[in-house]
Amino acid sequence: MIEKALKGNPAYWMWLAFLSAFIAVGGICYLRQFLFGMHLTGMGRDLSWGLYISQFTFLVGVAAGGLMLVLPYYIHNYKAFGRMTILGEFLAISSIVMCLMFIMADIGQPLRGLNMIFHPTPNSMLFWDMVVLLGYLGLNVICGWVILTAERKQVKPPKWVYIFVYISIPFAVSIHTVTAMLYCGLPGRHFWLSAITAPRFLASAFAAGPALIVIACLIMKRIAHFDVGKEAINKLTTIIMYAALINAFFVCLEFFVGYYSNIPGHKHALEYLFFGLEHHGHVYNNLVPFMWTSVVFCFGGLGLFAYMKIANWSTDFFIGIGCALIFIALWLDKGLGFVMGGLAVNPLDEVVEYIPTANEIGITLGIWATGFLLVTVLYKIAVKVEHEVEG
Amino acid sequence: MDKQRRKFLKIAGATALAGISAPVVVNLTGSPAVASAAKNQASAQAAAAGGHGDDTAPKGVKLGLLIDMRKLYGHPELLDKATQACNKAHNIPKIDNKKSEIKWIWKTPFANAFTDQSTSNASYTTRNNDFLVLCNHCAEPPCVRVCPTKATFVDKKTGIVAMDFHRCIGCRFCMMGCPYGARSFNWMDPLPFIEELNPDFPARMRGVVEKCNFCGERLALGKEPACVEAVKEAGAIIFGDLNDPNSEIRRILDKEHTIQRQAAYGTKPSVFYIV
Repeated sequence: MIEKALKGNPAYWMWLAFLSAFIAVGGICYLRQFLFGMHLTGMGRDLSWGLYISQFTFLVGVAAGGLMLVLPYYIHNYKAFGRMTILGEFLAISSIVMCLMFIMADIGQPLRGLNMIFHPTPNSMLFWDMVVLLGYLGLNVICGWVILTAERKQVKPPKWVYIFVYISIPFAVSIHTVTAMLYCGLPGRHFWLSAITAPRFLASAFAAGPALIVIACLIMKRIAHFDVGKEAINKLTTIIMYAALINAFFVCLEFFVGYYSNIPGHKHALEYLFFGLEHHGHVYNNLVPFMWTSVVFCFGGLGLFAYMKIANWSTDFFIGIGCALIFIALWLDKGLGFVMGGLAVNPLDEVVEYIPTANEIGITLGIWATGFLLVTVLYKIAVKVEHEVEG
Repeated sequence: MDKQRRKFLKIAGATALAGISAPVVVNLTGSPAVASAAKNQASAQAAAAGGHGDDTAPKGVKLGLLIDMRKLYGHPELLDKATQACNKAHNIPKIDNKKSEIKWIWKTPFANAFTDQSTSNASYTTRNNDFLVLCNHCAEPPCVRVCPTKATFVDKKTGIVAMDFHRCIGCRFCMMGCPYGARSFNWMDPLPFIEELNPDFPARMRGVVEKCNFCGERLALGKEPACVEAVKEAGAIIFGDLNDPNSEIRRILDKEHTIQRQAAYGTKPSVFYIV
């Protein structure tokens, strides 16, 4: 089926070329980092995780978000998601590939990566994260490919593949739970040391992943004449709304714990993220505009969806805007705020701010572009197969 | 024919999978791989040479360090001396950049060292003196718990939390886990920044984490840790086996009131302070 990705109109090739330019720049930036060292990043002794790990954390969520399609379709037999489920599976594949690339970009000795497998360490959450990520990647490759092949031949998918589909459901939950556990079991990092981290991650994942899928569907409807149907989009926007609301609720709970208990350690990260943290006469507030943008976008998107549901009116354009607002809001919250906020105050009570370098941003954009390229190619194959079946 | 080929592929696939996963299974079920044999031997020698090494002791050796700050107040030069001795002994690069610097033992105000014990209205002495901080060689080290490759581990013979620079993949998870900020990462090649290369201790490569090792290499030769030796005349740092009832450190711990950094985290630090 790969050959289907090799035929396309000029716009398709232009888009791939556009992404390839970013990939090339990212590749050169990575080569620089590989040859000269990680001091080319904005990370440092006090802030030793940065953009790479935060993007990884966010994208694990996007991958897990595919669950919101797989679950209703395969478990509840919700037929409206029929044409869309494969998109969720393919998005998961691309996201996990991006996650793995971000991990490799973040490792100081990438050539030793296999040490994780040669010296398996069950007490390390990173080991389990690798296990579940590779497992989820494998499951999605198998399920996506087998089901699409069956569709192309217009036969029922083989029975055995459903075992993998059902296994992939707890795996989707586990990838994001284990990623949360990377953070929430660490002493001395108050912002992360919270039992609500994993549920919060899942809630934001179940909004961010489907939001991206809706945007992709709307784009494909326009340019590839591939319509997943109004009912599917409507149901998905409802799911996005609930998930985003639950996420916002969880964030508010963090505020309650921090501010009502009035323990400085629990407040520092929230203060730094939303109001600016005063320390020895200097106010640190790099991320404040980003976080308030996140709040405004999140409630803006929710308001827009709510209006469309109440007024029983919607257009593709406004659905797209709503999804984009929520996706960006969650990216700012988890892809920037969560990791940087937790690290703003180091264990010795010093405040350090993080500013990613151009080289680091180049690598990050390159990896995102690789993911977009992969998802474009996979969606192209999926859409072609659908068109072929419909004749 | 077709059926046979499928059967062959199935067997071949299963065999390949078993081959790949074998090391995982062996390692998960076998004894934990920790230090190299040579390292274990060295620490055994260390314990013997130190005079407080009794491998048959019920709880084994647990090396610890006690800093008597009463003898260091008003003498910042002694703190610097200890730091310099460590830097020299361990080829620690001098990088004048807070972002990329490497620190094994350094001085910092009380409020930074003891974030949970800093009080309002602290005494003049507390406010105006720096305190020495280093890796606490915890009995329950979070860094060891989170390391995905066992590159950092507790040396069972001494209780030292040690690093295997050759196994570290540089994920910096241990730095996230350490609630003391005691670990440094080689963001760049440290070699050009080493002022005077000590041939008796390895220099590191970039991309790996490093930290205080309680001078395991000096203990192996029967010497004391470099920082202890540097301020010997003040008698401000006492080093020894916490489990040995006859060790000097044990006697002082029994007698004096000491504090530990972040005791509430349950990491059981092996570094004690008399303030």
